[in-house]
Amino acid sequence: MSQIIFIESNGTRHEADITDGHSLMEGAVANMVPGIDADCGGACACATCHIYVDDAWTDRLPEKSEMENSLLEFAPHLEAGSRLACQITVSPELAGMIVRLPEAQH
Amino acid sequence: MSEAATARKLDPASHAYSIPLDQIDVSDPELFRSYTLWPYFERLRREDPVHYCPESQFGAYWAVTKYKDIMQVETSHKIFSSDTELGGITIEDGNAKLGLPMFIAMDPPKHDEQRKTVSPIVSPENLAKLESTIRSRVGNILDGLPLNETFDWVEHVSIELTTQMLATLFDFPWEDRRKLTRWSDVATAQPGSGIIDSWEQKMAEVKECGEYFAGLWNQRVNAEPGNDLISMMAHSDVMRHMSPEEFLGNLLLLIVGGNDTTRNSISGGLLALNENPEQYRKLRENPSLITSMVPEIIRWQTPLAHMRRTARVDTELGGKTIKAGEKVVMWYVSGNRDEDAIERPNDFIIDRARPRQHLSFGFGIHRCVGNRLAELQLRIVWEEILKRWPNTEIEVMGEPRRVYSSFVKGYETLPVRIRA
Repeated sequence: MSQIIFIESNGTRHEADITDGHSLMEGAVANMVPGIDADCGGACACATCHIYVDDAWTDRLPEKSEMENSLLEFAPHLEAGSRLACQITVSPELAGMIVRLPEAQH
Repeated sequence: MSEAATARKLDPASHAYSIPLDQIDVSDPELFRSYTLWPYFERLRREDPVHYCPESQFGAYWAVTKYKDIMQVETSHKIFSSDTELGGITIEDGNAKLGLPMFIAMDPPKHDEQRKTVSPIVSPENLAKLESTIRSRVGNILDGLPLNETFDWVEHVSIELTTQMLATLFDFPWEDRRKLTRWSDVATAQPGSGIIDSWEQKMAEVKECGEYFAGLWNQRVNAEPGNDLISMMAHSDVMRHMSPEEFLGNLLLLIVGGNDTTRNSISGGLLALNENPEQYRKLRENPSLITSMVPEIIRWQTPLAHMRRTARVDTELGGKTIKAGEKVVMWYVSGNRDEDAIERPNDFIIDRARPRQHLSFGFGIHRCVGNRLAELQLRIVWEEILKRWPNTEIEVMGEPRRVYSSFVKGYETLPVRIRA
């Protein structure tokens, strides 16, 4: 288990203990973190698990695939830390990572 | 009626399972009008999920019928092209023979540029601003409905509401708004459907639509930028340099995308609740279920039955070899009833655990840009209905008349009555 901190757009903080090896999206959904729709169920085929990863952590994440990049480009409010949560696998290395959620998923 | 057609109509299940596999053609619009489509798709999912149909009124095509295979096509846009030059996105070549370029029927990079221009108007933040307008318009429509007499739900509610929405999004002259309904119907119609008599007629009406919108464009391009779609397009660096054909194509895309689909989901939801009275009861007892019911309605209805791609290269799908240039049809309507992806897929269940996992919006880079608007409209419609008639069910009084199309899966009429 590694703890990830999710912060909603209104500032509400959720500390979620996520099983290593699960995706950040699965972990958020399992912990009832609101604000992640995950319409495609983790296939990197929509952009409804859009999150903002805190600057301090972005370097520890794997590169974005071409598909993730394309989908993110269609999402509103793209930022440097924008990622799709279904494409990030939780590991002890990410324990304590801070993730902000957008106002809504599109 | 031919012998085959009679057999099909009388007992579609045994007909679907008795004919040779290679004779199964799920693109026949009659299957949709007569609502006999299901056993044919069911047999394909079981026996030949990626199925080659050598002959149909639309020519040869591959029918992709399982959820996971459809997902693979959706996410492989480099292999499976949407480009109009190769055939476009409907089983009928040239986007229902419209013959116009539009971003849904483009590949990257052009697709990406144009989509990014249109997308912000239907972002959730922007939609929040529209919510009260939508709610008051829905309220007005519902308050004007006749009580204790049979009327057509399609005409009085589904069409009127989606047309008003479109007129709002385009800031379209209010008194002319039914033109939008007509152009939307015409854009996807084929002769024989009752909407148009010939391809020439279709072209003529599409031309009229183009001229009307060219007028609006000229007006908006010379005015201050506004919040409507035409103004956004007219003031966008990428889109203002579009050719007239591209402009018209993209407009029609938004008209059809924002009209037929939501319209038929508004009708379909009411029909589904009537066919499943225990679900209607559950909803009346607990209106908060609207949240999960809305995506379930969209799955159950699947208002666009398919999207089409064209293979750019030879490729493998579900163990079959698809050759470059061949037409590949993703039958969303079938994937949404795939028992390997969705639990009890033939049942309408308004409190499913994961109702948003359906194919009706497509997936990948072409996923429906207006998905959240569609959901918003359906949510408001049902909230306002339950507010007005918390203890009364709107009763379906007879069979609906269904659209003659294997693309737009919808209703021409749905007779209902509100007992009050």
